[in-house]
Amino acid sequence: MSNFFNEMYDGGKVREPYARLEGWTRAMPAELRQMKQAEAEALFRRIGITFAVYGEGGDPDRLIPFDMFPRVFTQFEWRKLERGIKQRARALNAFLLDVYGRGEIVRAGKIPARLVYQNEAFERAVTGFVPPRGIYSHIVGIDLVRTGPDEFFVLEDNCRTPSGVSYMLENREIMMRMFPALFRESRIEPVDGYADALRRTLASVAPAKCDRDPTIAILTPGHFNSAYYEHSFLADLMGVELVEGADLFVEGGFVWMRTTEGPKKLDVIYRRIDDSFLDPLCFRPDSMLGVPGLMDVYRSGGVTITSAPGAGVADDKAIYTFVPEMIRFYLGEEPLLQNVPTWQCGKADDKKYVLEHLPELVVKEVHGSGGYGMLVGPKATKDQIEHFRLKIEEDPGNYIAQPTLALSTTPTFVEEGIAPRHVDLRPYCLVGENIELVPGGLTRVALTDGSLVVNSSQGGGVKDTWVLAE
Amino acid sequence: MLSRTAENLFWIARYIERAETMARLLEVGARIALMPSAGHGYRSEWESLLQASGTAEGFAEKYGDPVQRNIESYLFFDRDNPSSVVSCIERARENARIVRTALTSQVWDALNMAFQEMRQLERKARSELELTELTEWVNRQAAMVRGAMDATLLRNDGYHFLNLGFALERADNTARLMDVKYYVLLPRLDFVGGGLDNYQWQTLLRALSAHRAFHWAYGGEITAAKIAHFLILNRQSPRSLITATETAMDHLDQLARDYHKSGPAQMRARAVLGELSETRVEDIFEEGLHEFLTRFIREIGELTEMVQHAYLSGEAR
Amino acid sequence: MILTVNHVTTYQYDAPMRSAVQSLRLFPSRFDGQRTVNWEVAVEGGVKGGSFRDGAGDRVEGWSVRGPVSEVTVAVAGQVETIDMAGVLRGHREVVSPFAYLRETTATWIDDALETLAQEAALGAEDALERAHRLSRAVAEAIVYKPGVTHAHTTAAEALALGEGVCQDHAHALIACARALEIPARYVSGYLFARDDGEPHEAAHAWAEIWVQGIGWIGFDAANECCPDGRYIRLGSGFDARDAAPIKGIALGTGEESLDVTVALESVQQ
Repeated sequence: MSNFFNEMYDGGKVREPYARLEGWTRAMPAELRQMKQAEAEALFRRIGITFAVYGEGGDPDRLIPFDMFPRVFTQFEWRKLERGIKQRARALNAFLLDVYGRGEIVRAGKIPARLVYQNEAFERAVTGFVPPRGIYSHIVGIDLVRTGPDEFFVLEDNCRTPSGVSYMLENREIMMRMFPALFRESRIEPVDGYADALRRTLASVAPAKCDRDPTIAILTPGHFNSAYYEHSFLADLMGVELVEGADLFVEGGFVWMRTTEGPKKLDVIYRRIDDSFLDPLCFRPDSMLGVPGLMDVYRSGGVTITSAPGAGVADDKAIYTFVPEMIRFYLGEEPLLQNVPTWQCGKADDKKYVLEHLPELVVKEVHGSGGYGMLVGPKATKDQIEHFRLKIEEDPGNYIAQPTLALSTTPTFVEEGIAPRHVDLRPYCLVGENIELVPGGLTRVALTDGSLVVNSSQGGGVKDTWVLAE
Repeated sequence: MLSRTAENLFWIARYIERAETMARLLEVGARIALMPSAGHGYRSEWESLLQASGTAEGFAEKYGDPVQRNIESYLFFDRDNPSSVVSCIERARENARIVRTALTSQVWDALNMAFQEMRQLERKARSELELTELTEWVNRQAAMVRGAMDATLLRNDGYHFLNLGFALERADNTARLMDVKYYVLLPRLDFVGGGLDNYQWQTLLRALSAHRAFHWAYGGEITAAKIAHFLILNRQSPRSLITATETAMDHLDQLARDYHKSGPAQMRARAVLGELSETRVEDIFEEGLHEFLTRFIREIGELTEMVQHAYLSGEAR
Repeated sequence: MILTVNHVTTYQYDAPMRSAVQSLRLFPSRFDGQRTVNWEVAVEGGVKGGSFRDGAGDRVEGWSVRGPVSEVTVAVAGQVETIDMAGVLRGHREVVSPFAYLRETTATWIDDALETLAQEAALGAEDALERAHRLSRAVAEAIVYKPGVTHAHTTAAEALALGEGVCQDHAHALIACARALEIPARYVSGYLFARDDGEPHEAAHAWAEIWVQGIGWIGFDAANECCPDGRYIRLGSGFDARDAAPIKGIALGTGEESLDVTVALESVQQ
């Protein structure tokens, strides 16, 4: 236990950002806590913020457990993170613009051509296209973990459609409703500017052809999608339509919404569906979720799609290794945030090392997400390890491995009271005319004692994330 | 507003109205079961209920003979029955979930609570549930949904689509209820002079929660003519065909004003209402009640299709 | 050579469709081997949408047809002046990295037979160019031209197993073989002017292009055991037939589609 950094207690001392919370918890009797917890749950259920686990069936109205104990950063800590995150978001976008253009970084031999051009997420259909402002990834979710007072590592980048931001906003809303006094006493940076910032960002990348206040819509796969709540929540906060593919059609080089007053032109689509479903003419012909002809309109500058089709090539776990290189190559800067050392099983030497050290490592599928297809060596049984050994031998290129990080812990309400649990952090960086980052993010917490897997699909919970004002 | 959003709103209302109709039907059934048989077997009563709800076929397929308990299950709890109360509430809530942002939190709360409570009800043993409790519960939920809508919604296009849904569904439901009763009750047209066995008519009035209102409005003996007038032509009766049609027309007119554009749906609604306004009860019976109702149901169906085409399909330019 | 093209494609639906959308890649490529004299593409009763030149240098044009749609006719007419470049795609502007064409698709999936065919054919080749020629010859020998035995969704592996096929199968097999040797290759669609020898020829044609280091993209028509010359008009390219299709379309509705294509190609005497 002691080799994990505890964000609240440094030895016996309470670290500065948590000073106020110390008194808060002490003053809260168990009954009150239980009452508040039940209240929070009822609120979540009432607003309908639920989460369906992929492929598990079960209760579609399952709640993601919410832990009332906030996760806190000082202004100083946050500023440092912010600089690193923005730097990374800039580099990732520069990379995308480059590889869909001349591919200078590949020509310069900094990244192997194979990793870029044979990547499944590389979309030949958008090569040679420069989206408005040259931006491909407008919402970048950077997953971070902390291992010490000053040590942060980037676990992965999400350049396509990072989800979870509704939890960041709702967690805060509910905390403020339940503990107003806490917010009066502590000066906490607000996060509710996110929707405005997102809207600004989207409006700033409207196509050149758009000569008025741009019409924006969120494109959802539909109400059966597990993130539907988030889609509708964001549409509502921004005051834009939430559309499905069938609500749209193309004509005359533009995209139109089917409305009760006739067709209405759409300028910017914040899509929450995968590339392959966007347009059956261009990608999967069997897709019923997309809009036939959408890509032609996009390529001819009639509509902006955010994040741009093809953005996924930057957030691949194999490309991840090269992000520090991108930062140096495009920005001429040194990376402010560190990558986790990563072994590519596709490389013979790396594979050898990985197979020899499986019990110590975390192994992930290159294209996996949501904590599936993952091996946590130190927590795994012998059988699981052997199972992964076979999988890696079978298709080494599909796996990467990383050391098991000593993820920091924060105090968390559990059955027996308060106990340290491992956490990560996903802030959401917006890239448009400006690069913006609201002070906060989604803190995910592994609720099981000792667990390092924070994914909500694997029994993780969420916390409100505070950045203290100066 | 997105056509699909309008369609979802329209169907929220239709499902709520339909759930209520189902509950009222069940209530009538329960009431009859408590009464001594007045020469009419329970069996034919329950059968007519199934017919009225348009679920006779589905029921026969699943259960065969109409037994009260099965009918209750089928009309209230059965998800295989798309018109059951549970199906209707679930669909209304699902439609609401899809367009939550077009609703106020009060309306969403009302619909979501109905759904959550319904799931609680489903978990209970059936033996613990009194039918009258169930039907009252549905009426209460429907009233809360309507109340939340009236009290909190902006009077914008979405509001009009909701109310169009209520009005068109109600027009259709009332006409169908009457039509079924007509079959069972009036094989001959000897309404003149009254003296009918009015037991079945009473049942119909109860199904529409209108028997007391009826007495206030007409008093005296119950005659087929009075009932037909009350349920078809009386503008004071909240469930009469004319009231439902007029409500539909009002909301269509308001949509036309909001959108600065009128179309065939408005024209048709005006025509249907115009005709009803000039119709006398005698005319109806002269045409034949069944023929009249069949024609009305078709006209409302056509009007609904026009609404669908003009606003909900997204095909209109 | 100056070639005149008249190409009419008609889609018919047995029940009216709600709407139809098409993405057309029906414009002659711009490179040293061909010059467009005039060229018209029109979809009857359709609305022209956005058009652009994609990263592979192909001009793409979107069209839509409002419903009810019972028939969609795409008419192409024009003249192109061609020069024999021995298959070399010189002067063609594109930004897609050739490495992007190492991607596997369903149609060009490599099985053991294709792998073996490629390995054996390449054995002893002196340089990249010779290797490409050998691959093309091997495919031509392994798959005999025979219409009607394969269909639109036949894969390279299936065609090789059958030993018979049409130009699409030859192109797919050649792409697969090249990729088996880690050589980028792609599918090209266009027209072929077959001489007036009295024989009927399919004028809509397809072949493959192979990336030859030091030279660039070179066309190989395994079906005719040659490299494209003045008789060929190049339209567009892609990973496989589906990706490079000159007409991609979708009609919304329940009707069944039937297709009718006529292509007339003539050589103008100079």
